[in-house]
Amino acid sequence: MTKTPSMRPAASGQDLEIAALCASHGMDPHDLVQVLRELQEARGWLPRDALAAVAAELKLPLSHVEGVAGFYRFFHQQPVGSYRILFSDNITDRMLGSAALMDDLCRRLRIAPGTMRDDGRVSVAPTSCTGLCDQGPAVLVNHHHVVTRLDAARIEQMAHLVDDGVPVTQWPAPWFVVEDHVQRADVLLGPQPAPGSAIAAARARGRQATLDEVKRSNLRGRGGAGFATGVKWELCRKARGSAHYVVCNADEGEPGTFKDRVLLARHADAIVEGMTVAAYVVGAKRGLVYLRGEYRYLLDGLRAVLQRRRGQNLLGAAIQGDEGFDFDIDIHVGAGAYVCGEESALIESLEGKRGTPRIRPPFPVEHGYLGQPTTVNNVETFCAATHVALHGGAWWARIGTPKSSGTKIHSVSGDCERPGLYEYPYGTRIGRILEDCGARDTQAVQVGGPSGLCVSAFEFGRRIAFEDVPTAGAFMIFNRSRDMFEVARNFARFFAHESCGFCTPCRVGTALVVKRMDKLAEGRGSRHDVEVLFELDKLMHAATHCGLGASACNPLRDTIAKFRPAYESRLKSLHFEPGFDLDAELSVARRMTGRDDPAAHLEASR
Amino acid sequence: MTAHGRYSGSTFSLDGEDVEFHPGETILQAAHRAGRYIPHLCWHPEFHPHGSCRVCLVKVDGRVAASCTTRAAVGQTIESATEEINATRKTLLQMLFVEGNHFCPSCEKSGNCLLQATAYEVGMEGPHFEEFYPDRPVDASHPDILLDFNRCILCELCVRASRDVDHKNVFSIGGNGIGTHLLVNSPSGRLADTNIAPTDRAASVCPVGVILPKRRGFSTPIGDRRYDVKSVAEPGNQEAS
Repeated sequence: MTKTPSMRPAASGQDLEIAALCASHGMDPHDLVQVLRELQEARGWLPRDALAAVAAELKLPLSHVEGVAGFYRFFHQQPVGSYRILFSDNITDRMLGSAALMDDLCRRLRIAPGTMRDDGRVSVAPTSCTGLCDQGPAVLVNHHHVVTRLDAARIEQMAHLVDDGVPVTQWPAPWFVVEDHVQRADVLLGPQPAPGSAIAAARARGRQATLDEVKRSNLRGRGGAGFATGVKWELCRKARGSAHYVVCNADEGEPGTFKDRVLLARHADAIVEGMTVAAYVVGAKRGLVYLRGEYRYLLDGLRAVLQRRRGQNLLGAAIQGDEGFDFDIDIHVGAGAYVCGEESALIESLEGKRGTPRIRPPFPVEHGYLGQPTTVNNVETFCAATHVALHGGAWWARIGTPKSSGTKIHSVSGDCERPGLYEYPYGTRIGRILEDCGARDTQAVQVGGPSGLCVSAFEFGRRIAFEDVPTAGAFMIFNRSRDMFEVARNFARFFAHESCGFCTPCRVGTALVVKRMDKLAEGRGSRHDVEVLFELDKLMHAATHCGLGASACNPLRDTIAKFRPAYESRLKSLHFEPGFDLDAELSVARRMTGRDDPAAHLEASR
Repeated sequence: MTAHGRYSGSTFSLDGEDVEFHPGETILQAAHRAGRYIPHLCWHPEFHPHGSCRVCLVKVDGRVAASCTTRAAVGQTIESATEEINATRKTLLQMLFVEGNHFCPSCEKSGNCLLQATAYEVGMEGPHFEEFYPDRPVDASHPDILLDFNRCILCELCVRASRDVDHKNVFSIGGNGIGTHLLVNSPSGRLADTNIAPTDRAASVCPVGVILPKRRGFSTPIGDRRYDVKSVAEPGNQEAS
């Protein structure tokens, strides 16, 4: 980044505050996302003059800072009010009535969704899944506080609290309770090893032998792609660089997934221990946790765990007295961008940039954070690595199936009696999970979230495994009263909302899919529209820059193939219908001429 | 053996004909150097590959990949000018057309425009999708250079040229999703308040009609322009700028 002409406005008290903020980040332009996040926490939004002051301090072009601020959904370049209330808009929240509750709150507060009230008090808007599907409907307030289990009474009281200007910290404490809902525990959710024991086991074994154990375990990444963890660590270990990095991907953005939230809240030691073992193997001195912005409320607890472990000599210099084994961890908080779950986009974000996936190869194991060898692993993968380091690879490999070793945690939500976390060995039947969680009359399960697979009733004998139905952890259940077209439409909106905008097929394609789905929803579709959806699916699957766009049409394709009547019942005709309503287009002319008589309408209009 | 009867250890097959490549080259680089045409918009031989427009997609041993970012390798079988790949390119071009506001008959870039020429080349006859008609005000603040964002295809050539060649960082990318847009680096956000000069590479690199010199409208008549005379597929004519 080259220096641009100085655009620094005259120094003011607020500029001094920004100077101090930037100084607290070592004036490092790579910390831009963190600087902006902290600035917004202080100011409520990001005024242009503040962005200019940040740009001047960090010696970045203003347009770069503006481009980064404009990329993340949780950064605001316009005021959003003293209370920013975001309704989780996952399909599971909607099934629990979130849309009506949001409308109710907006009506009580006398605002339209997405707009700030004239007095600057409040704004209300939908947001992508906040990972509280087992206790929704949920809202995120001021990007910091979560309120779960919303109902009409809570909405009514919330409106009063906002109108009375009661600080969020003084809202009723029970509202902020987040349950863990561990319904079935195995290795990862059961009793955890004493802090330091896995590190000690790894050190006793040695770096290469520990790597061999991880490879022997056949552990594969839990974030969705399923890459072999041992191979990843080995590639990173062998790659040349001035420093190596270990990154924990805690950007759990896949709608319907909330297992990492519970692991972060409950088993942070196992995560950090796994990262430390990875650092020991690859030779990293620094680690980073990329915590999704929606989980900001977990930050203080995580920092406390890191601090305690420093005190226990499990982080920092000479870990467990081993001279030369130095490793410490920083936490980077995201700002609302699903695409940052993709490892190269995540690294861009860690470097203070827009979260656009990189051109690969080179892969992060060779050219990752700051261009150095970096291993990026999922929260659950690090937990598993801790157990592998402690008990050995053969022990782990005996659990599950030959191609899918170990256990997997499922975030179960939707139509069932007991939503929450269920941990099973790989190879478990989908039907078994449905029985255990008390699901009845089930029509379909979305396994692995919108980018995963929609499994219909005749497939419930299939098994969760990389070789059958792979998953990143979501397990959303739909009974026969649910409209699978609306499920697919909700997912289509999600992908359009989360497209990074870099490549043509995803940027334009996801928007075109939403237009077609909306047209069908309005009852104005034809068979031609369904054909166009097929065409868009095929294009996006093959042509996009990264996996987000490639998987954006998965739910569409699955639901059209398996629940075709849900689409066909919406077709107005079997032939062509225009993309616009001709009569509605004449409304401006009618208004201008003051007419609304039958002759001012098209005869064929409806 | 190559078409010229010379032995080369480093060739791949592009639509059935051998193309030689140098170590480290991408498929598109090697094809371009050999005078072969793979349609492209965001790629330019003077700049690092970007991979955003996806128009240069080819099939590499049966798998679809962007030829601008995929390294050439010995023995690859590349399919480019096939019905299937050209249909995909046409759809991508249609997406770019409906996303912005492209009115070729009134555009000063018409005939010199890479988007228009590429669309003709792949046989695009209409938009196919419904237009978005975005609201994108022009920036006419600069005395010598006009910015008409309506035609932006987000290829980032101006971003790269200003950063890597001119060392001025006049442009950046802002927003996200369908709202992604070009930003101008100045306190006002307007071009007049930047240090861009008409002689900058960024001022001449735009393949479409976003960055245009003022007071030079229609100095070359329609019919005599770059792509009126020679196809975009011809060597030496594959870039608009």
